[in-house]
Amino acid sequence: MAAQGRIVWVSGPAVKADGMSDAKMYETVVVGNSKLVGEVIRLTGDVAFIQVYESTSGLKPGEPVVGTGNPLSVLLGPGIIGQIYDGIQRPLKELSKASGSFIGRGITTTPVDMIKKYHFVPTVSNGDTVAAGNIIGTVQETDLIVHSIMVPPDHLGGKISNIVSEGDYNLETVLATTEKDGEKIPLKMYHRWPVRKPRPYKNRYDPTVPLLTGQRVIDTFFPIAKGGTGSIPGAFGTGKTVTLHQIAKWADSQVVVYIGCGERGNEMTEVLVEFPHLKDPRSGKPLMDRTVLVANTSNMPVAAREASIYTGVTIAEYYRDMGYDVVLVADSTSRWAESLREMSGRLEEMPAEEGYPSYLASRLAEFYERAGRVRATGSPDRDGSVTLVGAVSPSGGDFTEPVTTHTMRFIKTFWALDAKLAYSRHYPSINWMNSYSGYLGDIAKWWGENINSDWLSLRSEAYGVLQREDTLKEIVRLLGPEALPDEEKIILEVARMLKIGLLQQNSFDDVDTYCSPQKQYKLLKLLVEFYRRGQQALKEGASLADIRAMPIVSTLLKARMDIKDNEMPKLDQLDIDMKEQFKSIIGVKVSS
Amino acid sequence: MTAKGGVQYSKIAEIKGPLVVVDDVENAAFDELVEIETKEGERRLGKVLEVGNGKAIVQVFEGTTGLSISGTSAKFVGKLMEMPVSKEVLGRVFDGLGRPKDGLPDPIADKFIDINGEPMNPEQREYPKDFIQTGVSVIDGMITLVRGQKLPIFSGSGMSHNILAAQIARQANVVGTKDDFAVVFAAIGVQYSEAEYFRRSLEESGALKRSVLFLNTADDPAIERIITPRVALTVAEYLAFDLGMHVLVILTDMTNYAEALREISAAREEVPGRKGYPGYLYTDLSTIYERAGKLNGRKGSVTQVPILSMPSDDITHPIPDLTGYITEGQVVLGRDLFRQGVYPPINILMSLSRLMKDGIGAGSTREDHSEVSNQVYDAYSRAQEVRALAGIVGKAGLTEIDLKYMDVGDVFEKEFLTQATDENRTIEETLNLLWKIVSKLPKNEITKIKDKYVDQYYQEN
Repeated sequence: MAAQGRIVWVSGPAVKADGMSDAKMYETVVVGNSKLVGEVIRLTGDVAFIQVYESTSGLKPGEPVVGTGNPLSVLLGPGIIGQIYDGIQRPLKELSKASGSFIGRGITTTPVDMIKKYHFVPTVSNGDTVAAGNIIGTVQETDLIVHSIMVPPDHLGGKISNIVSEGDYNLETVLATTEKDGEKIPLKMYHRWPVRKPRPYKNRYDPTVPLLTGQRVIDTFFPIAKGGTGSIPGAFGTGKTVTLHQIAKWADSQVVVYIGCGERGNEMTEVLVEFPHLKDPRSGKPLMDRTVLVANTSNMPVAAREASIYTGVTIAEYYRDMGYDVVLVADSTSRWAESLREMSGRLEEMPAEEGYPSYLASRLAEFYERAGRVRATGSPDRDGSVTLVGAVSPSGGDFTEPVTTHTMRFIKTFWALDAKLAYSRHYPSINWMNSYSGYLGDIAKWWGENINSDWLSLRSEAYGVLQREDTLKEIVRLLGPEALPDEEKIILEVARMLKIGLLQQNSFDDVDTYCSPQKQYKLLKLLVEFYRRGQQALKEGASLADIRAMPIVSTLLKARMDIKDNEMPKLDQLDIDMKEQFKSIIGVKVSS
Repeated sequence: MTAKGGVQYSKIAEIKGPLVVVDDVENAAFDELVEIETKEGERRLGKVLEVGNGKAIVQVFEGTTGLSISGTSAKFVGKLMEMPVSKEVLGRVFDGLGRPKDGLPDPIADKFIDINGEPMNPEQREYPKDFIQTGVSVIDGMITLVRGQKLPIFSGSGMSHNILAAQIARQANVVGTKDDFAVVFAAIGVQYSEAEYFRRSLEESGALKRSVLFLNTADDPAIERIITPRVALTVAEYLAFDLGMHVLVILTDMTNYAEALREISAAREEVPGRKGYPGYLYTDLSTIYERAGKLNGRKGSVTQVPILSMPSDDITHPIPDLTGYITEGQVVLGRDLFRQGVYPPINILMSLSRLMKDGIGAGSTREDHSEVSNQVYDAYSRAQEVRALAGIVGKAGLTEIDLKYMDVGDVFEKEFLTQATDENRTIEETLNLLWKIVSKLPKNEITKIKDKYVDQYYQEN
C-alpha cells in the first residue's frame, strides 16, 4: 500500500508531508501537482521529511504526495554506456526533448531505450540451474563493451525454462524464466537496484595491478591500483578537473563513470564534445564507447547532487560484476558533502565542524568502501574492479577542513594539488612532497614483471633527488645558489630536469597528453642516468657549467613532447648521446 | 513589476530583520511573489522563503524599516517573480528590482520570464570557443576570454577593476564578425559614482543604446541585491537566446550580493558555514554564474564578467573562493602592481582562463599562442623567484641567466602589461609583445615551445 499524503511545509528542496505513516525510509515519492521526484529522509509520526530532486518553486502546502513503494533505484541494462544522466538517472537528452535547452520539471523518462533491440546470445540452456549473479547470455552494447546479462543479485535462482534462442530482442522481452519451489520469475535484459545498497560480490582481493593513467606523476610517483581509492584535493585553478579528465580519458580501464557533481555545466559539455572524437589508445575506438556521464551541475537541484554519487557508483558496480575494470571519477565530493550539509541544516540537525552533519565521515567511508577488486557472484568466474577517484574542493585551499581530513582517512592515494605550482604553470600541479600512495609496494611487482625490475629503485632514486632539493631550497633561499658546492648544485639541476622533463605534462599537447608505461620508464631511467653520470663527471673533474651546457639537457627536457610512444628507439639513442657528451666534457678537462 | 489579483492577508505575526512572518496563510506557494502594503499605502515587494503550517516567511526586498505589525498587509500574488522583457529594454535604466529608473514608462513586454531562470541542460550547451578580442594584451594573450565564458575580476577596495571592466565592455569584439551585441550592466550595492562612471563610459563610446543598466547603489535596500543579478541575467538570456545577441554581462560587486544573502540567512537563524555565510552560498552563487553560456542551435551567447572585491585582498575568503570554484577562471588584480601605478594591475600568476585552450590557436588567434603564453608564464614566475632572491643576495649574487629573467620581468610589466585605458591592441600586436619577452631568454631556456615556432618567431637581439 503506497503512502498518500499531502504537503504541509516547503522550504527550498525540503518538504514535509503528513498522512505518510505508510512511507518507508529512503522511499521514492512523487511530490505535488507537478509530480516532482523526492525521497523520504526522515519519518516522525505520520510526517515525512522529503528531499526533492527538482526545483520546488511554486509548490504549495495541500498538494498531494504519493509513495512509490520503492527505494531510489537505477535501471541496469544495455544502453547505459555513452549516456549522460542527471543525478537520478534521467537521460539529459530525453529531458531536452521534453523541455528544450533548459531543464524543466516533473519529466518522467526511462534511463535507457527500452525499444532498441540488441543481439542476444544465450549462454545457458533450458534445464540449467542458475543462481544470483550467473550470466545467462550476452549482448554487444558498444564496440568496446560486451554486456553480460546477469541474474539479479537479489534473485532466488532456479531452473531455467523458455530461454529464447539467439536473436534480436528489446529490453522488455522475457529472455527466460526461472523456477524454484514453484515460483516462476521472468528474466529480462535489465533489472533495478537500489543506489544506496552496495551490490554483493563473492570475495575481495588486494589491489596489486596498477591503474595506468598515462600521467607520469601519477603512474611513476604516486600510483593507484585497480580497485583502489584516490583523492585529489586542490584549491580552484589548480587543475583538478583537467587531471580528472585526463584519468577519465587515458586510464586503462574498460569502463569509465564520470560524475560531475555540483560542478560547471561547460565541463560536462566539454566531455560530451571531446570524448566521441578521442580514441582509446589501446583499442582505437572512441572513448565515449566506454564512458557514462552523470551530470548534476552546481545550479541543478541540490538533493539530486546528493544522489548522483550513489547513482554513479551503482552503475560502476554493475559493470564490475560483468568482469570489467571500472574507474569512477567524482568531481567534486566537496559539493556532495555540501548537499548533505544543506539537507542536514533544513532538518535542523545538530551540526559538527563547519556546519557539516556528524555523519559526514561515515557517509564518506561508505562511499569509498564501494571500491575494490572482486570476484563477482555467480558463474562463470569473473574478476572486476571499481576504482574510486574523488576530487575534493577544500574551501580556501585549506587541507585541514572537514571534507579533506575525513577523506584522507578512507583513501590510500593522495594527490595534493598545489596552488603555488599552478601559479608557475607547473601542471599537473601535484605536489610531490605532500602527496602519497599506499599502493607502491603492492604494484611494484607488476612493474617489475611487465616493464623492468629496477623500476622501484629508479623511482626511489629520483624521488630522493626531489627530497634533497626540497631541503637545499631552504639554504638557497637564505644564501643564494652560489653558496652550494657543485655536488649539491647538481641536485638542484637534476630536480629541475625531473620537474620539467618528467613531472610536468601538457595535457593539451597531442604527444604529451598520454605517456605509455614504457616511455615513462625510459624517461625516468634517462634522468636518473643523467644524475649518476653527472655526479661521476664532477668527481672526474668536469664543472657544473660544462654539464649544464651539454645539448642533451634541453633534448631531455623536450623528449616528453618530441618523442612519440611508438618511437622508443629514439629514447635509447638519447642514452647513447648522453654518454658521449659526458665523455667529451670529462675528456676536455683531462686534456687541458 | 507590480501585479494584479492574488490573495490578501493582514495577519503579520512577526517582523525581524528583512523577514516578515505572515500568519493564517492558506494558499501560498514556495518562492511566490508577495506585495506588502503599509498602513500609508506604500507598497513593497517580497518573496516566500518558507511556507507551511499556516505560516509564510516572506523576505522583503526593500527592507522592513517602517513596517508595523498592525495595519500592514501581505498580498500573495499567485505567481513567481517575473521580469517583463522585449527589445525595448535596450538603452534603458532600471532599479535593482527591474523597475524603470529613467523616468520612462515600463517597456511594453514581449513576454514575462521567471527571474530565477532554469538550469541549462549540459547536453544542450555549446562548448564556448569563440575568441573575444578585448584589446587588453594581458587578457587576450594570457587569460583569453571566449564567448559564453564566466570570467570574474577579483579585486580589492580602491583598485581599478571598474576601469578595466569598462574598457573590456567598450573594446570587446570577435574579430571578423559583425554580430549583434549588447551589454547588460548590474550595479549591486556599489557607490553611485562607480555606476555613473560605467554609464558615462558606455555613453561616450556610443554603446549605451545597446546596453541595459540595473542599478542598486549603496544607498538602495540591501535585500534588493538578491534580485538585481537575477533580473539582469533574465534580460541577458532573453537578448541572447530569444533575440540572438551576444551579451556581455557585468555584475559589480558580487561581494555585496553575498552579504545580502548572509543577512537573510542570519535572520532565519540558519546554521552558518564559513565566516557566517550560509552553507548554500556555493549553490546560490552557481545559480547566478551558471547562467552564462551558449546553446546548441541558438545564435546568441551570455558572457559574464562578475566583479568582486576580496575582503582584505584575501583570495581564500569564502566569496572569491566559492566564486573561483564555479567560474571558468579568474582575473586577479594585485595590490603591489596597483601601488606601482601599473594599469591594468593584473597578477598574471594567480589569474587563469579555463576556456583559453579552446579559444586560441590556428584559426582563431595564432598557432604559437598557447606555447608562447605558457613560456611567458613560466619565465615570469622564474622572474619573480629571481627578484625575491635578488632581495636577499643582491644583484651581484645572481647568475647571468638569472639576470636575463630579471629582464623578462621588467619587459613583461612595462611593455606588455602596462597599457593605456583607451589603447586597443590587436592580437597580432599582443603576440609579438609576448615573443619580445621570450626573446630576452637564450634559446636553450625555451622548454615549452616547439622548435619550429622558435625558428619562426624568436626575435634575435
